[in-house]
Amino acid sequence: MIDLVGAATWLPHVGYVLLVAIGLFVLVNDENLVKKIVGLNIFQTGIFLFFITSAYRTGGRAPLVSEPGPYVNPLPQVLILTAIVVGVSVTGVALALIVRLYDAYGTLREDVIRDLRAAEAREDGAPTPATDGGVREEDPA
Amino acid sequence: MNPGDLLPLLVAVPLLAAAVPLALAIWSRRLARLATGGVLVGQTALAAAIAWFVATGDPIAYVVGGIPAAFGIGLLADRLSAALALLVAAVALAVLASDRTAHGGAYYGLWLLLVAGLSGVVVTADVFNLYVFLEISGLAAYALVAAARGPGAALAALKYLLVGTVGATLYLLGVGYAYVATGTLAMADLATALAAAGHDSTLVVAAFALMVTGLSVKVALFPLHGWKPDAYAAAPPAVAAALAALGSTVAAYAVVRIVFGVFTPAFLDAVPVARTGLLAAAAVSVVAGGLLALRATDARRLLAYSSVSQFGLVAVGVALATPLAVTGALVALVGHAVAKGGLFVVAGALARDGDLRTVGDYAGLARRQPVVAALVAVLAVSLVGLPPTVGFAAKWYLALGAVEAGAWAAAGLVVASTLLSLAYAGRLVERCYVAPDASERAVATDGGRERAAPAADAAPVDTRVVVVAGLAAVAVLALGFGSTALADWFAPVLEGWL
Repeated sequence: MIDLVGAATWLPHVGYVLLVAIGLFVLVNDENLVKKIVGLNIFQTGIFLFFITSAYRTGGRAPLVSEPGPYVNPLPQVLILTAIVVGVSVTGVALALIVRLYDAYGTLREDVIRDLRAAEAREDGAPTPATDGGVREEDPA
Repeated sequence: MNPGDLLPLLVAVPLLAAAVPLALAIWSRRLARLATGGVLVGQTALAAAIAWFVATGDPIAYVVGGIPAAFGIGLLADRLSAALALLVAAVALAVLASDRTAHGGAYYGLWLLLVAGLSGVVVTADVFNLYVFLEISGLAAYALVAAARGPGAALAALKYLLVGTVGATLYLLGVGYAYVATGTLAMADLATALAAAGHDSTLVVAAFALMVTGLSVKVALFPLHGWKPDAYAAAPPAVAAALAALGSTVAAYAVVRIVFGVFTPAFLDAVPVARTGLLAAAAVSVVAGGLLALRATDARRLLAYSSVSQFGLVAVGVALATPLAVTGALVALVGHAVAKGGLFVVAGALARDGDLRTVGDYAGLARRQPVVAALVAVLAVSLVGLPPTVGFAAKWYLALGAVEAGAWAAAGLVVASTLLSLAYAGRLVERCYVAPDASERAVATDGGRERAAPAADAAPVDTRVVVVAGLAAVAVLALGFGSTALADWFAPVLEGWL
């Protein structure tokens, strides 16, 4: 039987699973590149939540030496601080790449970019459609 | 001086020095390039010194900040780590030297960050720091792939970033499960604590599955390989060579370290499904990678798919977990890195200088550039695994290990992989030596579109490229002849594990 009094201990786990699932779904399913990055962030946040949940203890306080215990486990929180920094850097690099793609293709949709590249390859028959840095005039969106 | 004090420098030197080319490039790009080379020479010397200390004594360990290993950040160099650290430094230096273009300061800064991240992965003794270093090298790799001109490179880099980040994050989740099960992150403590927690407990099995799956994305085992051909074909030539030689190699090292150093072979015995799953993924990788390489028309995509197949072989050795098989996996790891790095250096230069991109374009290469064609042939022979190259030694140990373990299917797989790689690498060599000259006819490329054949008098390949690829070919042969020495070098590490 589900112990409703202890809900505080298992509810975050439900949240973690939901966030991971939603994040991965958006990442895979959405054609908009920025939304893919949002999905990636939600996915990562779910995993951060899992770590923080593991640090929880009943009646625990912030682990400050000047305060009396019991403390929550500080180690997972430190790890997640680091992981958040990593996540921010990844998001930054990803958005920079998307800005470059938008400059070149005038769209954020992956399927449209795929069509444009295929059309480009057909038109000029160049060995690599990747080599021109020109801005596309038509905006198919 | 305590040799352990050298260990943090292996990460700290390239990490801090990454700012130097950024500043120097304001005055001169050549100066920035020179400084990067200088740092990498120092890094190689450092890695060689550590390898020498490890060879003459025990594995060396260092704890950052003097905080006990269970809580602090531990670094450890045994013979395996030392060899990989030397490989990372030397390959990064050689590939940098093969590139005559003077790039911007950011490019060289990222190059050093890549080296810092990869070196960190091979010397860390802490599963969480492994994640951080994996992401440092990953971020540098994404940005370096995007350093090529054109939106195609940005798209390939973004794909690489999305897949790579999901992989690294899955690994992080696995670390979380392992931490919840044991309360420690240090590899040495985890090995005993995971056994105490019960190898067949759901938490430990989930941790294993997530960590190995996450790392497999970085290794690019089938079907997690999608990012690889795009990224390698779109990246600047030197970046493709460095990533092909080092990126997946270091991730595969992490798999070896996690499976044997953290979960231990006892885990594989306790949870047979883990071994079966790994073996199945490896087998599918070997076959699917080989078939995809066979179908590829672009030379660099062919080489990227060949990596999928080759890392499948490494995973076969890991899954078999006998001393001979793991020796084979480690020899394959080193041999593949050298051979594939050399091939990518050549393929990149041919694409840039001669506009030779597809396998068909290589036709008649032996007549026009005999030295380059000979180097391609030697390196390709190592990929196939024919004597006297290091590729042969790797497959020999793997096949012996499989037979010794009574895993006949695995032994058959190793032999079949040789046939597959003979087919795709043979295509490349056949084009170079047997096919009529590409300059005499139009070549249909992968899209079915016709384009003008490259000029017969295409610019000869840069001497630097020939020298570096020559060094790779010599290394492949030397490691082949000295394969027992290489196996003996790894033996103490394996004795500790198996």
